[in-house]
Amino acid sequence: MLFPKWTNKVPLVLLASLVVLLCFIVFAFAYWGSPKNYVVGYQPVQPIAFSHKIHAGELGLDCRYCHFNVEKGRHAGVPPTETCLNCHNIVRSGSKTGTAEIKKIHDAHSKGVPIQWVRVHKLADFAYFDHSAHVNKGVSCVECHGRVDQMDEVRAAQPLSMGWCLDCHRNPAPHLRDKKLVTNLAWTPGGDPAELGREFMKKYNVQPRTDCSTCHR
Amino acid sequence: MILHRDDDPSQRPVLLETSSFHEVTEIIAGPTETPLTTTWILLLMLSGSLMLLMAGLFGYLFWEGTGIWGINMPVAWGWDIVNFVWWIGIGHAGTLISAILFLFRQKWRTAINRFSEAMTIFAVMCAGVFPAFHVGRVWVVYYIFPLPNQMGAWPNARSPLFWDVFAISTYFTVSLLFWYMGLIPDLATMRDRARGTRRFVLSIFAIGWRGAARHWQNYERAYLILAAISTPLVLSVHSIVSFDFAASKVPGWHTTIFPPYFVAGAVFSGFAMVANLLIIAREVFGFKKVVLMHHLENMNKFMLLTGSLVGYAYAMELFIAWYSGNLYERFAFYNRALGEFWWSYWWMVSCNVLAPQLFWFKAIRRNLWAVFVICIFINIGMWFERFVIVITLHADFLPSSWGYYRPSWVDVFTFVGTFGLFFTFFLLFLKFLPQLAIAEVKGAMPEADPHHLPSAGHSAGGAHH
Repeated sequence: MLFPKWTNKVPLVLLASLVVLLCFIVFAFAYWGSPKNYVVGYQPVQPIAFSHKIHAGELGLDCRYCHFNVEKGRHAGVPPTETCLNCHNIVRSGSKTGTAEIKKIHDAHSKGVPIQWVRVHKLADFAYFDHSAHVNKGVSCVECHGRVDQMDEVRAAQPLSMGWCLDCHRNPAPHLRDKKLVTNLAWTPGGDPAELGREFMKKYNVQPRTDCSTCHR
Repeated sequence: MILHRDDDPSQRPVLLETSSFHEVTEIIAGPTETPLTTTWILLLMLSGSLMLLMAGLFGYLFWEGTGIWGINMPVAWGWDIVNFVWWIGIGHAGTLISAILFLFRQKWRTAINRFSEAMTIFAVMCAGVFPAFHVGRVWVVYYIFPLPNQMGAWPNARSPLFWDVFAISTYFTVSLLFWYMGLIPDLATMRDRARGTRRFVLSIFAIGWRGAARHWQNYERAYLILAAISTPLVLSVHSIVSFDFAASKVPGWHTTIFPPYFVAGAVFSGFAMVANLLIIAREVFGFKKVVLMHHLENMNKFMLLTGSLVGYAYAMELFIAWYSGNLYERFAFYNRALGEFWWSYWWMVSCNVLAPQLFWFKAIRRNLWAVFVICIFINIGMWFERFVIVITLHADFLPSSWGYYRPSWVDVFTFVGTFGLFFTFFLLFLKFLPQLAIAEVKGAMPEADPHHLPSAGHSAGGAHH
């Protein structure tokens, strides 16, 4: 006897372990390797406990009040400290955080140091993206950024992966609305979003391209 | 009808110079059972160092990018692709010998099949490293596989470069399976002669082979199936490699003759490499009673045939270039033969077309020194053939973009390093595995013939029928 009897089970055990291992590898890549997992839900702590929920939701400030460049250029724009001071010159105390957080704005302004906001949404350098091209064709902020008007601290709502971009570029209709409503995050289409969207595809001449050089220039 | 078996050369027992089955086992399994020799260890250290050199240079490439190679526009494919096609071509003899010659019942193949299958596997490994690294960003080399991904991107199924990935990985897998399956009965033979750890390890790899009739029945069936799977691969792999060139629009590449011409060239260089290695191993390990002169002679005849096919292809390329009337095609071939790289073209022609013609002479076919030198020249010539093809890029449609190509020192030493990879594995194979197929050699001996009469020799077989 070259091998004891229990070794008869070894090939079976090896085969079973191999199957389990392969399943685990596939799962690991599909779950942890996917932007759906590691991008969605990213919520860094910001230097000031600024609440989008209070400003954009409860107070009803339009997104463009702060993100002033969104209709004109690639970048939506992070507001300068002065934009905050338009109101906070007068409003010195918040309903939840008192004076401490608002004082940080004044400190930054008096020292002349910009506030170090932490970037939440970041595309790779080799991907070209233009906010104005989307917002002016009736793609709402909510399509990519989610219900920011309900978030105290902003968290990433969508994976921003290439496949996710392509989903919309291949079938834009359900994601379109009237240009005037792009910053109305709570708006929902009355009927079939795709049917409504087809109207705006025609109206705004929406022809999203999917060739490589559209985004990789 | 009584046909005397010796009258039909294809039926003649192949191995007449051995006396018994036991002697065959001794000759072939013996070298794996002796202690390691100093020469072997020194050779392994040498080839191991070369392999490390290759690994180091690929590490350097990984760090720096492909700029350290000599490639640049207009010659964006350089030694990397030359070496890839050369190695993969060498890897063609194995399957031809193991599959096609098996289906044609060419029993003389048993003397060389194990050897050439091993060579095939190691050559395909050497070939595979080049395309993997020449993509530049080797960490995203998984893009070439159709894996679901977050990019919504998929390999381009219309690209021959994508077919290439599958052609070569299939070829490697099937060759490896074929080789291992053929090894199982021999590993069992060696297991039964071994003791201790060696016996344990061999037992694992012999997967319980007892030589039962049932085992042999399954074995023969599986061997036949694998041979049938591999046979189209012999033709398809290098055809697809040739599509990498032929499916492009570069003058001098975009020709329909490429697939058959590549396959012939691949078999040609593969046989040359097997002959080179076998001539040495036969001397060193004393296989002269099993690897007979007429086996080597048969291989030389194969080289004569495939070499002539390659020569015909060269001539036909020139003829079509002229006959097509296409100016760019004409220039491409004029430039190959008489342009800046004329020397590589004439190296190719003299080594591939002229050298094998010497095999018309029986005296040369049977003179191993001459055979060895001619085979070396064939391998050099086949390397230059791929160089000539790749270098066609240096003068394309626009004279303003013409350029010269020089390999960098990294190119040269990476190529040298792949010999380290090849010979490291080959030396391990020579020492630890049976170099010839013990069971198959026995099957080709007169004693294995059911009609064999021990006393009457092989002259009185007729009476038996």
